[in-house]
Amino acid sequence: MPGRIKLLLVDDEEAYVNVLANRLMRRDMDVTKAYSGSEGIQALRGQDFHVAVLDLKMEDMDGIEVLKIFKKMDPKLKVIMLTGHGSAQAAREGIALGASGYLTKPCELDELVELIRKTASKEV
Amino acid sequence: MPLRENPNQRGQNDEGQRYYRTLTRNMVLTIILVSFIPYVIVTAILLYQFHASHREKVIAHLEGLVKKHKQNIDAFLKEKLGNLSSLAKTFSYEELSNEEFLKNRLEMLQQAYGPFFVDLGVINARGIQISYAGPFQLVKASYGDSGWFKSAMKREYYISDVFSGLRGLPHFIIAVRENWLGDPWILRGTIDFVAFNNLVEQIRIGQTGFAFILNRDGELQTKPSYPVRADHEPYAAILKREKRAEDQVSTFEWTDESGVKSIYVTAFLKGGDWVLVFQQKVSDAFSDFERALRVTMVVLALGLLAILTTAFLLSRRMVGRIANADREKHMMNEQVVETGKLASVGELAAGIAHEINNPVAIMVEEAGWIEDLLEDDDFKDGANLKEFRRALAQIRTQGKRCKEITHKLLSFARKTDERVLEFDIGEVIQDIVALSGQRAKYSNVAVKLNLDNALPKVRLSQAELQQVLLNLINNALDAMEKQGGSLEINSREEDGILVIEVADNGPGIPAANLGRIFDPFFTTKPVGKGTGLGLSICYGIVKKLGGEIEVASTVGVGTTFRIKMPLEKIKAKGSENGKGE
Repeated sequence: MPGRIKLLLVDDEEAYVNVLANRLMRRDMDVTKAYSGSEGIQALRGQDFHVAVLDLKMEDMDGIEVLKIFKKMDPKLKVIMLTGHGSAQAAREGIALGASGYLTKPCELDELVELIRKTASKEV
Repeated sequence: MPLRENPNQRGQNDEGQRYYRTLTRNMVLTIILVSFIPYVIVTAILLYQFHASHREKVIAHLEGLVKKHKQNIDAFLKEKLGNLSSLAKTFSYEELSNEEFLKNRLEMLQQAYGPFFVDLGVINARGIQISYAGPFQLVKASYGDSGWFKSAMKREYYISDVFSGLRGLPHFIIAVRENWLGDPWILRGTIDFVAFNNLVEQIRIGQTGFAFILNRDGELQTKPSYPVRADHEPYAAILKREKRAEDQVSTFEWTDESGVKSIYVTAFLKGGDWVLVFQQKVSDAFSDFERALRVTMVVLALGLLAILTTAFLLSRRMVGRIANADREKHMMNEQVVETGKLASVGELAAGIAHEINNPVAIMVEEAGWIEDLLEDDDFKDGANLKEFRRALAQIRTQGKRCKEITHKLLSFARKTDERVLEFDIGEVIQDIVALSGQRAKYSNVAVKLNLDNALPKVRLSQAELQQVLLNLINNALDAMEKQGGSLEINSREEDGILVIEVADNGPGIPAANLGRIFDPFFTTKPVGKGTGLGLSICYGIVKKLGGEIEVASTVGVGTTFRIKMPLEKIKAKGSENGKGE
């Protein structure tokens, strides 16, 4: 994957999105923040991303629903899911729907960065 | 089942004790009342019936006896009178005045009828005995003034009362009046007192029954076997009675001055001149009844004792059972509440864990962000840079700790995964044994595995099978916690059935508990240590998987749980024989 990774970060926990975005940007990524599922969808309408990091548990929309819409809008978009502990079932469902991988929240930043880089470099 | 007691239950227990005591007492009373009353009433009725019929029988017997003897005595007197009468009518005054002839007649009478007639005499109208045959010297004796002669002269026949007369011995006279040339004369015979007495004396019944004859003046006409004071009651009362019809026999009871109750049976003789009295002590007359009464009383007493004992034992046992059932119910309620509490704590914990995850994640990331920024040149020379780094690392470490805690809470509250997977039984067993390894070591338990590696792969919910095995292994380890021991886990195939055994050599399960160990909420562990759900969950899971779980246990030897599952149902597809690789 040449150049900077274009990343869409979707989570309804604003503070988490902000700090995560800061840290990821510092690691050479272009990060677009979305504080809800619908904001994420809106952002994806405006531009293309290489990878989306998507929280599965959000207030306005179920993460799985958002994932379905993402995949419909941009089948090439790679999606990494963030799940709570014990919702492995949802994560597996997501994988079946075309998500590239998942991490349990809270996760180590290094792990996340590594997974994003790996996912981004993978061919679909 | 261990009974626990906490301070606020103690008051309740006292009340409970009182309740069970009252219950026992009420049951005892009820049983006693219900059994005693009919028992005593029936016995009393039977006794009364028996008494009445027995009494009737005894009295009928006595009356029959007395009547028979009355008839015998009357017949005897009539017969003797008949003897004399025929003698007087057959022979003339002149013939009988001849002493030799009279002697001859006496001998003939004695030969024909026995020695009843002691003597015979012919007496003229002036009372002079003209001739006499007998053992006494009574020829020319004058009876002109004696009462019996006067009475005899007035009627055709006469039988005197007993008197001593000229001879000074008790006797009585039978006299027949005839006429010779216009003058009356009398043929009289004397009846031997001893012979007559025998007629009455032979009426002897039991130990105290005897008979005698009284005349209207209350004088004894026979010699009774026991002394009789004929001038006292009740004899006077008998004599005061109206003359009865010939055949009538009357019976009554009388208690004398010394308190002895006797039965009296009386009959009038000799046209009402004499009375035959039979008397017997009541206790003797009804001795059969007295004996039956004694036996009945003993049986009654034994029966009542038996009822009493049964009532006590039965009530105690019943109340014991009720108390046990109550206790178990109480414990079960507590455990249901306990389990419910546990479940809600689990849900609460899961909720909290989820909620805490986000803030913790933010804190950890913010700390990370500061670490990131500290790498910038502006801060490179900061005096406290090292200290900043250490503090931030600490925040991260503690954040991780929070994460682990929340993960544990979530694991605790998580439901068992029911997804069916294909896996190797042996591996699962080894995984679980590895999990319990630390605990086994700590409890000084040696774990031995006998696993059949040739078992086919199975298709089951791995998590469920794990739960079953983990429960069984944990139970075994609990059982051997104190003394240590050995835990053996076997797996093998028997006629198409997968058999997994978990065997310990712990203290074993008492036979009384063995039938209930799969019951929900049945536990022998102290409260808070066991919910009583483990084995019942195992049972439920194994049943659901189409298998069976059984237990064999001997106290002091150990316990073996055996899970049997038909391989046909659980075998993984494409895994026929041996390892399904």
